[in-house]
Amino acid sequence: MLNKEFARITYFFVVLFIALMGYLVYFTIVRADTFVNSPYNQRQDAFAQKVVRGQITDRNGNVLARTGVAEDGTETRVYPYGPVFAHVVGYSDTELGKTGLESVENFELLTSNAFFVEKIQNEFNGNKNQGDTVVTTLDADLQQAAYDALGDNRGAVVVMEADTGKILSMVSKPDFDPNNIYADWASLNTDEENSPLLNRATSGSYAPGSVFKIVTALAYIRQDSSYSSYTYDCAGSITVDDTTIPCFDNIVHGFEDLRSSFANSCNSSFANIGLSLDIDGYRSTAEDLLFNSSLPSILDYTKSSFALDAGSNTAEIMMTAMGQGKTTVSPYHMALITQAVANGGTLMEPYLVEQVTNYTGTEVRRNVPKSYKRLMTSEEAAQLKEYMTTVVSEGTGYELSGRSYTVAGKTGTAEYSLVDGEKTHSWFVGFTNVDNPELVISVITEGSDGSASGRAVNIAGRILDSYYN
Amino acid sequence: MVNIIIQISKYLIIILMAAYTFSCFSIFTRNYEDEERRVLTRQDILLFLLQFVAFFTMFLATEDIRILFLYAVLAVVLLGVILLYNLIYPNVSRLVVNNMCMLITAGMIMITRLSSDNDYGTAIRQLIFVILGVTFGLFVPVLIRKLTFLEKWTYIYAAVGGCALLLVAVFAPISGGAKLGFQIFGFNIQPSEFVKIVFVFFVAASLNKSKEFKNVVVTTAIAAAHVLILVLSTDLGAALIFFIVYLVMLYVATRQPLYAMTGLGAGVLAAVAGYHLFSHIQVRVEAWQDPIASYGDSGYQVAQSLFAIGTGSWFGTGLFQGQPETIPVSETDFIFSAITEEMGVIYALCLILICVSCYVMFLNIAMELHNYFYKLVALGLGTCYIFQVFLQIGGVTKFIPSTGMTLPFVSYGGSSVLSTMIMFGIIQGLYILREDEEEELEQEKLKKERKSRNGMGRTAPRKAPKNGPKFEEVPKQRTRKKPGARAK
Repeated sequence: MLNKEFARITYFFVVLFIALMGYLVYFTIVRADTFVNSPYNQRQDAFAQKVVRGQITDRNGNVLARTGVAEDGTETRVYPYGPVFAHVVGYSDTELGKTGLESVENFELLTSNAFFVEKIQNEFNGNKNQGDTVVTTLDADLQQAAYDALGDNRGAVVVMEADTGKILSMVSKPDFDPNNIYADWASLNTDEENSPLLNRATSGSYAPGSVFKIVTALAYIRQDSSYSSYTYDCAGSITVDDTTIPCFDNIVHGFEDLRSSFANSCNSSFANIGLSLDIDGYRSTAEDLLFNSSLPSILDYTKSSFALDAGSNTAEIMMTAMGQGKTTVSPYHMALITQAVANGGTLMEPYLVEQVTNYTGTEVRRNVPKSYKRLMTSEEAAQLKEYMTTVVSEGTGYELSGRSYTVAGKTGTAEYSLVDGEKTHSWFVGFTNVDNPELVISVITEGSDGSASGRAVNIAGRILDSYYN
Repeated sequence: MVNIIIQISKYLIIILMAAYTFSCFSIFTRNYEDEERRVLTRQDILLFLLQFVAFFTMFLATEDIRILFLYAVLAVVLLGVILLYNLIYPNVSRLVVNNMCMLITAGMIMITRLSSDNDYGTAIRQLIFVILGVTFGLFVPVLIRKLTFLEKWTYIYAAVGGCALLLVAVFAPISGGAKLGFQIFGFNIQPSEFVKIVFVFFVAASLNKSKEFKNVVVTTAIAAAHVLILVLSTDLGAALIFFIVYLVMLYVATRQPLYAMTGLGAGVLAAVAGYHLFSHIQVRVEAWQDPIASYGDSGYQVAQSLFAIGTGSWFGTGLFQGQPETIPVSETDFIFSAITEEMGVIYALCLILICVSCYVMFLNIAMELHNYFYKLVALGLGTCYIFQVFLQIGGVTKFIPSTGMTLPFVSYGGSSVLSTMIMFGIIQGLYILREDEEEELEQEKLKKERKSRNGMGRTAPRKAPKNGPKFEEVPKQRTRKKPGARAK
């Protein structure tokens, strides 16, 4: 009995160590991947000495990046599509590092899950093993169509599958050719005017313009249960406290409800709505839609910002409500919000990697669709979907009506001032096959002059046409 | 071709290590002395095989003949340790000696691997520390036997320990955000490593003398002063060790869970207060919560450590196949991560189990001792050891916030090797003392038995041998099983 306390202390520490060892096992099974795959982990580069970097393909097996090995063993990374996938696939260069999927999937590309007998043979012969293949969710045809449709405009396109979150296309312009990245580096890196290395789809911070009316409308639906009986008489502009908000081209929209205000993209009406909102509630709606917060993305991205708070003045509130002001958002983020509307309020986690296979095509790992978060109720989503349908059937997106597929969406024009005068960004976000949403699309063009070739809604139409026809 | 040998040897090392670790615990179930001796001898064979495979692999990988030289010296030293201990102290716990040699081996393999960049300077120095340490360690048991006045020096321990810590707190230069020790003749001396031992002696002596409330208060106040000085030197790891060791000893000595609970509560309050008061504690906690997010500054070390452990995974990359040199202070505070990267998680788990095996053995020794002062000393030193292991491994694996500790016997460092050697030596000394006493008792009993047998003409009743091990019993390995000298 004298030793009872000694025994208890022994048990205590034994249990403590069982917990520690259990944790180490858990870490190795579950958590280790996150750390191993971190771009900060320099160990990955050492793998390149034993493994030939694997391929990156699109969903149909078209090769987006591969490693060419010359007879003397020199390796060159080849990008058969040139600049088309420049930002999303990225580049891999021993001197310059890695970007895009080349960076994120570095560990997979430099790991070989080839048949073990073959690996042993290679080991004996002093040959390198062939790294695994990363099969992306990207669709090369759609990507090419988006690339062509964007033409010479600066801007970005994101297309994803509504019900799975698979990213089918991600284009950013101006672009660069990853095949020549090393030779072109100096000029690309110093071109601050065009910043061709920037992936505008995920890292571009734009004023949202009228596409932000989706957020304002949602906040209003949440705060005023009698929103369906909202009315406003548009006189072409609204003036409160010395601040005047004009409608686009000073069009007088006349008598409107919420639905027609949304369809007409009436700035005056939305500025009016903004002034009626409880700002804290407005802010929390925006934050429910992932403003001021992290986004689900394996690629680097810029957080979107919603700047209103209780101390904001009338001008800021009116500007923000119609999509100007200090609010910034990326095309990728707008695609996520649109996807949630299309999916009845639930955001499916967007993903770019369909599966990883060994170089002969045997599957190693597969990603499956999973929901990320519910951003709004299904009733709210249904209401927004109805409004977005109206935009195309009778509003600013009318030109997308009457096609072989149905579209719901929202257009936007965001003004920004430059030294050489006023210019506008042109936005379009939307989804196709409205009854059973299929594709989600988000398009922006910078510095649009208003001509048809520069308008986001036209570009979206051309991309969707190529997909459906 | 060399690569294949490295890959095969990697698995071989894991198998040897696993077999060794298994025997560390299976030995507790052995009932007969010759069976035990076989297990212990098998451990030695596994130990030297593992050492050979690892060093030979490193030689193949680097083709550097100096590695074979290091191997030869280490093998001779450890063989000498095992033989000498058995020769000088037949009653030594061979399991503890084996474990000590295994931990030194595990450390030396990785330190040799890591020091290939600096011409094996650290490996050679560590080897010197080991030689000095084991030589000194061999004398510790003798000292324990001779120094019979150890339990009377209560306040001398407190004074010596307190002063040493104060000196560090006031005069030591700041390194890595904490005041740890002094640079003397190019060697970094960390007094807190040795004060730990003196502190345990102080607490044991004081609580052995009296367990009255008044004395408990005085002892607690002095212990708290130690902890406070360490907190002021921002040596938080050491402060935590002193704190936990004191609570454990207090609980066992007074048998009052309430004391320990109160102490623990006070500790938690102090930790919360410390978190809000000191920015360097907040930084540590942040780095622990998300090392990648704070990768730029405070999270760097832990992130590097986790990259290493994650990349190593179950079987490791193989020696010279990973990049453990990218982990900061990989030879001292983060040696566990370096080992895990190249030798694998299975090997690392075995290493943890060997440390636990030492602790179980220490506590069994503590239970077996008769002298209450010695019991407390064995408990305190054992707890000191195992809690340091816990803080170290827990910290580098992100189980708990990192405190910057060395892994006893495995990490590089003279103070660490020497102080751990003294701790192990003291516990061994106490154990030997007790075994010798036991033997004398048995012999006296035998004489009496013979007398009574002659006189009364009948056999003295004997207790039946134990059937299976029970936790609170002494492991069979340590009971003498010679006929006629049966255990109590």
